Amino acid sequence: MIRMILKRLAGAIPNVIGVVIVTFLLTRALPGDPAAYFAGPAATKEAIEQVRASLGLNKSLPHQFVYYLKDLARGDFGNSLSTGQPVLTEIRQRLPASLELTLCGLLFAVVVAVPLGVLAATRPGSWVDHLCRLLATAGVSLPTFFTGLLLAYVFYFLLGIAPSPLGRIDVSFTSPPTVTGLYLVDSLLARDMELFRAAAKQLVLPALTLGLFVMAPLMRMTRASMLGVLSSEFIRTARASGLPRGKVLYAYAFRNALLPVVTTLGMVFSFLLGSNVLVEKVFAWPGIGSYVIEALVSSDYAPVQGFVLTMALLYVALNLVIDVLYGLIDPRVGIEG
Amino acid sequence: MNATLKHVKYVATENPVTLGAFILFSGFALLALIGPWIAPYDPLASDTLVALKPPTVAHWFGTDSLGRDILSRIIVAARLDFGIAVSAVAASFAVGSALGSLAGFFGGWADRIIGRVADTIMAFPLFVLAMGIVAALGNTVSNIVIATAIINLPFYIRVARAEVNVRRGAGYVEAARLAGNSDLRVLALHVFPNVLPPMMVQISLNMGWAILNAAGLSFIGLGVRAPQAEWGIMVAEGATYIISGEWWVALFPGAVLMLAVFTFNLLGDGLRDIMDPRMRT
Amino acid sequence: MNLLEVKDYSLEFRTRSGTVHALQNINLDIEKGETVGIVGESGSGKSVLSFGILRILDAAARVTSGSVTFAGLDLLGASEGSLQEVRGREIAMIFQNPRTALNPIRRIGRQIEDVLATHTTTLREDMRKKAVEALVRVRIPDPERRYHAYPFELSGGQCQRVMIALALACNPQLLIADEPTTGLDVTTQAAIMELVSGLARERKMATILITHDLALASEYCDRIVVMHAGHVVETAATGELFKAPRHPYTARLIASTPASGQSIATLASIPGNLPDLRRNDLPSCRFLERCERAQQDCASASLPLKEFPPAHSVRCFHPL
Repeated sequence: MIRMILKRLAGAIPNVIGVVIVTFLLTRALPGDPAAYFAGPAATKEAIEQVRASLGLNKSLPHQFVYYLKDLARGDFGNSLSTGQPVLTEIRQRLPASLELTLCGLLFAVVVAVPLGVLAATRPGSWVDHLCRLLATAGVSLPTFFTGLLLAYVFYFLLGIAPSPLGRIDVSFTSPPTVTGLYLVDSLLARDMELFRAAAKQLVLPALTLGLFVMAPLMRMTRASMLGVLSSEFIRTARASGLPRGKVLYAYAFRNALLPVVTTLGMVFSFLLGSNVLVEKVFAWPGIGSYVIEALVSSDYAPVQGFVLTMALLYVALNLVIDVLYGLIDPRVGIEG
Repeated sequence: MNATLKHVKYVATENPVTLGAFILFSGFALLALIGPWIAPYDPLASDTLVALKPPTVAHWFGTDSLGRDILSRIIVAARLDFGIAVSAVAASFAVGSALGSLAGFFGGWADRIIGRVADTIMAFPLFVLAMGIVAALGNTVSNIVIATAIINLPFYIRVARAEVNVRRGAGYVEAARLAGNSDLRVLALHVFPNVLPPMMVQISLNMGWAILNAAGLSFIGLGVRAPQAEWGIMVAEGATYIISGEWWVALFPGAVLMLAVFTFNLLGDGLRDIMDPRMRT
Repeated sequence: MNLLEVKDYSLEFRTRSGTVHALQNINLDIEKGETVGIVGESGSGKSVLSFGILRILDAAARVTSGSVTFAGLDLLGASEGSLQEVRGREIAMIFQNPRTALNPIRRIGRQIEDVLATHTTTLREDMRKKAVEALVRVRIPDPERRYHAYPFELSGGQCQRVMIALALACNPQLLIADEPTTGLDVTTQAAIMELVSGLARERKMATILITHDLALASEYCDRIVVMHAGHVVETAATGELFKAPRHPYTARLIASTPASGQSIATLASIPGNLPDLRRNDLPSCRFLERCERAQQDCASASLPLKEFPPAHSVRCFHPL
């Protein structure tokens, strides 16, 4: 098993290299003068030259790449022009907010989509099945930012059930003492149930919005996979052996059907990490999504580079976890093909 | 040919939804072509006297904060959004299927290098990569097209590679080779035309996604700039107002956007049914 | 009393392209301890019949007439709960393609324990011991280690042994073996058949052997039932069947079974194909269109059942 994990780790390395190279090229491929971009729109000529020197932009490309790698290794992602703070520090501060949102969105999507997919597969042709298929096609048509706005309009403005979509917690509360940065976890650790509820209330709409889009592929894959497994021969053996329906469905069918669903999680995370930005804008969520949007507006380039690199590395790490998870569930991995 | 038409008729009657999708698609295409001529108002003309008015007989979809007619803007935006999606998908398809076909046909190091390129693109969350590309290259519409085309490359590379690989050993390929055609000719003239039908499904689904992508980028301020009319940017402009009750500014562009994407997805599903009913999910 | 009685059993499938009249008026009796072979071409309905007995066909199947009784219990009218108690415990089944018939991501020891847990009151701590015992009984080498194995780590023959272990774990009274040796090499075939027949003798277990291989059936079965296109056309004791086949189809089947030393040129075959069972105009004798002995009255409505003592029956207007 350790060998499988190491193999997966080794497989992730080319991706990390690729990501680093691409982010490097992106920043150096700017039309015009990269130094001017990093120095910002209000920079003086001296400031621009300073930036040029510190980034080594007057050197050859491979030379610059070495500079780049050295900076990365030191954790130097540059400084934000608007705040003057090191980008890495700011990203670290804001990352938990984004992570909490993404995880809640994923949880919501999985908890709804997977059981629905299983239900649709075990009752083909029923209304659940048709509902599933409709949701699957409609779900991927939903523009995330629009759904967010619609939900906010309906549940906050019209119905008044949801709180005002302005961030992680209502102004009348103070955030919990930071342990993980995830408000839900931290408020539980601080045993403050009121705070927990307040944080949870703010999370509902954004997490729902994020999760709705990825529900579609998850549901579709679960249904298709389950249908395929249910008509396979080992299920027939299980039925012929008199195994109770529950056992056949869960220990035999579902576990086997999960495999392609786990693989789908990779694509799901790609959507989630991307759509995060959109949802954070709609709900004024103080994560790295809104961080990069502010930076884009003020032509502040270093945070953008830091954002792309962070999200990409995060994605590589998540894919690694998924690969390992798959290897744990399926004992055939590494033996076949 | 007759058999195909019969099959198409069968699918159309079996599947009224697909027929509906095709009709909608034609409607949108028409809008994209003749939009600017049928829009009731000038999409850029602002009239602050009628700013933020809800839907009335004069303005079916209401007006925005600058008094511009939303319906006209939506109609004109169809051309821009479609234009972006079509260019991006066309570029992606052309380059991606060429690369994928080469990889699938010749194998070896061509396969490895092209695979590596596709993998590197897919190592990024795709929307994030698009953001990075537009931010790097500059905030213009053509850069949105480039960015969308790049992030869609891996899909076409993968599909083309798989399909070509499957057909590589087919009888007619061997026959063409034996007749003296060079490998490249065989690939281009004999293998590739057979790869096209499954690619059509991919293209339709991709169109929907390309529109979503472009709208998303515009929503966060990348690419299309005010006062241009584009569905995503219109939703962004309406975002501040919907929370305070002026729902029409964001709702109509968003609904039309959703409808367009939905149309392409349904069309893609329908095409898939025509090609191979076994692939239905 | 017979262990299994199938009377007048008819089954059809509703499909998009029409109704398939898969089985018609099947009569089959199995006594305790005997081994009966069901032989016929692919598509003759042998497997469908066995799935129908256990009621593990999919939802498109509909029983249109008849009854299936096992040890006095009406299987067709039984609830799903009662059926689950019968399956695996009183009637067990083994399938062809043993590797795909086992759960690929579950260790075989656990799979055997699942069956034990469902049908017996074995205590948790005894489960593993009993599972290993089951493996020993089917003569799997190194059973203690194999207990932890996954199906992909075993050969085809070993997978089949595991399936037999699964089937026999609760000492059923009837074993249905659906083409158990198809897909295995000849040596393994022999070993598996020896194992099954040995265990059947030992436990006085009745066996239904479904196969298209007449030679195999002749070697291991006391009685043989010949099926064609969803009909039982002939039933007789093995020796009697080969000595004096009464149905034209049986005669041709026997003639087309290769004997050792026979050249391909002299191999007989049966003309024509199985009729399309979706047709509404199927003749009452479904062999009519392939039979060279067909006569005018063979097209008439009711196909008679002719008995030739001892216990040899044929459904034919003009038996041999």
